[in-house]
Amino acid sequence: MTTVTNKVDNPIAHLTPEDIEAIGAELDAIRQEVLDARGEKDAAYIRKMVDVQRKLELGSRAVLLASVFPPAWVLGTAGLAVAKILENMEIGHNVMHGQWDWMRDPKIHSTTWEWDNASTADGWKHSHNEVHHTYTNIVGKDNDLGYGIMRVDEEQRWYPAYLAQPLWNFINACFFEYGIAAYDLELGRNLRLPKEKRSEEFKRNLKATLKKVRKQATKDYVVNPVLAAPTGSFLPALAANFTANLIRNLWSHSVIMCGHFPEGVETFELKSIPEKETRGEWYLRQMLGSANISGSKLMHIMTGNLSHQIEHHLFPDLPSSRYAEVAPKVKALFEKYDLNYHEAPLPQQVYSAWHRVVRLSFPNGWLATTNAKNLPSQLKLLFAMATADKRKRRVMQRLLEGEARKLAQAA
Amino acid sequence: MSSTTAGPRSAARTGRLPNRLRSLLDAAVTPLTVDDLLDHFAPLRPGAASGLKGRIEAVEAETADAATIVIKPGRDWAGHIPGQYVRVGIDVDGVRLWRTYSLTHGPRPDGRISITVKAIPGGAVSQYLVHQARVGQMLHLAQAEGDFVLAPPRAEKQKLLMVTAGSGITPVIGMLRNLYSRNESVARAAYDIVLVHSAMKRDEVIFGAELRAHAEAGRLRLVERHTDTDGLLTTDDLEAEVPDLAERTAYACGPAGLLDTLEAFYDERRLTLHTERFRPTVVDVDAEGGTVTFTGPSGATVEADGSVPILDAAESSGVLMPSGCRMGICMGCVLPMTSGAVRDLRNGELTVAVPGETDPGGVKIQTCISAAAGDCQIDH
Repeated sequence: MTTVTNKVDNPIAHLTPEDIEAIGAELDAIRQEVLDARGEKDAAYIRKMVDVQRKLELGSRAVLLASVFPPAWVLGTAGLAVAKILENMEIGHNVMHGQWDWMRDPKIHSTTWEWDNASTADGWKHSHNEVHHTYTNIVGKDNDLGYGIMRVDEEQRWYPAYLAQPLWNFINACFFEYGIAAYDLELGRNLRLPKEKRSEEFKRNLKATLKKVRKQATKDYVVNPVLAAPTGSFLPALAANFTANLIRNLWSHSVIMCGHFPEGVETFELKSIPEKETRGEWYLRQMLGSANISGSKLMHIMTGNLSHQIEHHLFPDLPSSRYAEVAPKVKALFEKYDLNYHEAPLPQQVYSAWHRVVRLSFPNGWLATTNAKNLPSQLKLLFAMATADKRKRRVMQRLLEGEARKLAQAA
Repeated sequence: MSSTTAGPRSAARTGRLPNRLRSLLDAAVTPLTVDDLLDHFAPLRPGAASGLKGRIEAVEAETADAATIVIKPGRDWAGHIPGQYVRVGIDVDGVRLWRTYSLTHGPRPDGRISITVKAIPGGAVSQYLVHQARVGQMLHLAQAEGDFVLAPPRAEKQKLLMVTAGSGITPVIGMLRNLYSRNESVARAAYDIVLVHSAMKRDEVIFGAELRAHAEAGRLRLVERHTDTDGLLTTDDLEAEVPDLAERTAYACGPAGLLDTLEAFYDERRLTLHTERFRPTVVDVDAEGGTVTFTGPSGATVEADGSVPILDAAESSGVLMPSGCRMGICMGCVLPMTSGAVRDLRNGELTVAVPGETDPGGVKIQTCISAAAGDCQIDH
């Protein structure tokens, strides 16, 4: 993938500035419709969701008190994993977006919510709501693009270290909540600074995050297993908590990868974004920079309705339960202006996102020019590129790209 | 001596185990607390995490547009004195709205409390409570407040005048019920009551039958006036109806116009008048912009234009403000407004905070997309 403005066939070249503002006006109208309609049913929805989630978690933890019995272990672990996923995605993520602030309920409010995750609500609201949602898919500005550790765009220069990025991505998926916490702190950037140069704010946030991590880990790996110890279930309960966290991490990582990583989702160049981006231009960037997952109602709920990633990015503060009903209107708007509404089932999107991670771990054009027959020679080339100095690598890169272009033209 | 010190120590001992258990259980459910979870099963128990609540036990029609809501309050309800009011928070169309209502029963043996609500045209909460509230529904409560209460019985008989209009009868009915439901002879000996009550017409008198019954039984003298035939109650009417007015301690509750008139009348004569007001000064929501006062550590005052976000106006005046995306999506700039009105610059929608009516902690507003629509106070 290449940033929109550097593409040969720019997918928004056919839109006039007037078109873009008209899209903005139509989206504003869709938003207003929901604002006018939202009310008692929406409030009942989120309260029910919170109620179900808490009872499910409590029930699962109760079952795990006897997790020395395998059926109890399986049931409790599954229930706890689902409860954690609901808490993080359909409830926590959306509450912290302020989707339910209009209810004026101090218990379900973006400023008071704390979630069952290693990252703190404050850290998350800054890095996610503020940075990612404002600068969506702008290379170098939106840290969600590769989380600062991966190469997710052709325009990022390739280094041999990127060969390991599928592995990093998998490890990040397994321990995603810690990945998010580190990412919210911009840990990598801050740790590279000498100690005395780190900002007070970073030190404060680091302290808050470590405290949160400690409390979370104490809950899952000490207190709950200890409570289960009388039935001889200490170790099984510990394993159950670990497994539930692992499942939640893998699931949320997959869903989030599907939101912006699948092949065909557009990225943007910082210098192509006008200083004063209009509402229409911002909307358009959200439309092209997100991808949806199609599926059942249950699937939508389990993804926190992030399966409606496009709608979520257009209207991050509308109740998640309303995304499904605005989706057809948004889709019609895409069609009207001849834009690509990126939507596919979960396995397809996950595959596509992973394919991109793997493809970009290699130099541009390498995967495209590789087949079963030329694999030995390609591997030799890869080794040569990985060990070459900068200048030689650049020459080899150019040759490789030329070959890939030829291959694409032939096809 | 030893027994006096043993008391607190043993209390501390008995308190410690639950506290230890509590912190263990809190550690098992962090970032929630055990109370957060218990709220889902027993919202009326003492120490509920979401604050004091009540459950609607009955909704009884009083007139065509007034109803009494009987509420079972949570265990933390500290009781009240007849004549006091309570702040009630109820979710109308999903939005938590707070209003103040007089308690219309003295303390009842069954522990229930009641409010009597008259549906005001266009009143979101009053219309909802009278016409839509259902038995079993939960609402939020604050503790009873107010000093509109009777002085306790004294050796000599106290002469009282009560002047009420419309739903202004509600605190007074609480006093009367309390007096005559307990020890009637004591109450009759202690108080000599004249009640002047004004309502639109006879069948719109809330508690009409009950008041007339009190009068027939000789517990009080009732002067009932109906504006459709008698016109609005004036101070001349009052002096004519109550010749010994100067000897009576006066209590008045009703619309602002009546109370203003009565206050001037009593001030002139240097007589005592207790009043109860329900409607504070209405916010001037049509004003273009206004003065934004930041209460709290920042303590700044900013003149804000009606078309400029409060965030921008405050920042250009040098106030340190929390901020985020500056386009209304990240909630990084939210602050509680304790009074005043702001307009959402995106759709013109007004958000109003009225002390005593809206959340005491303030209505949370996004300063980056809200412009002042009149003077407002923001806690920051």
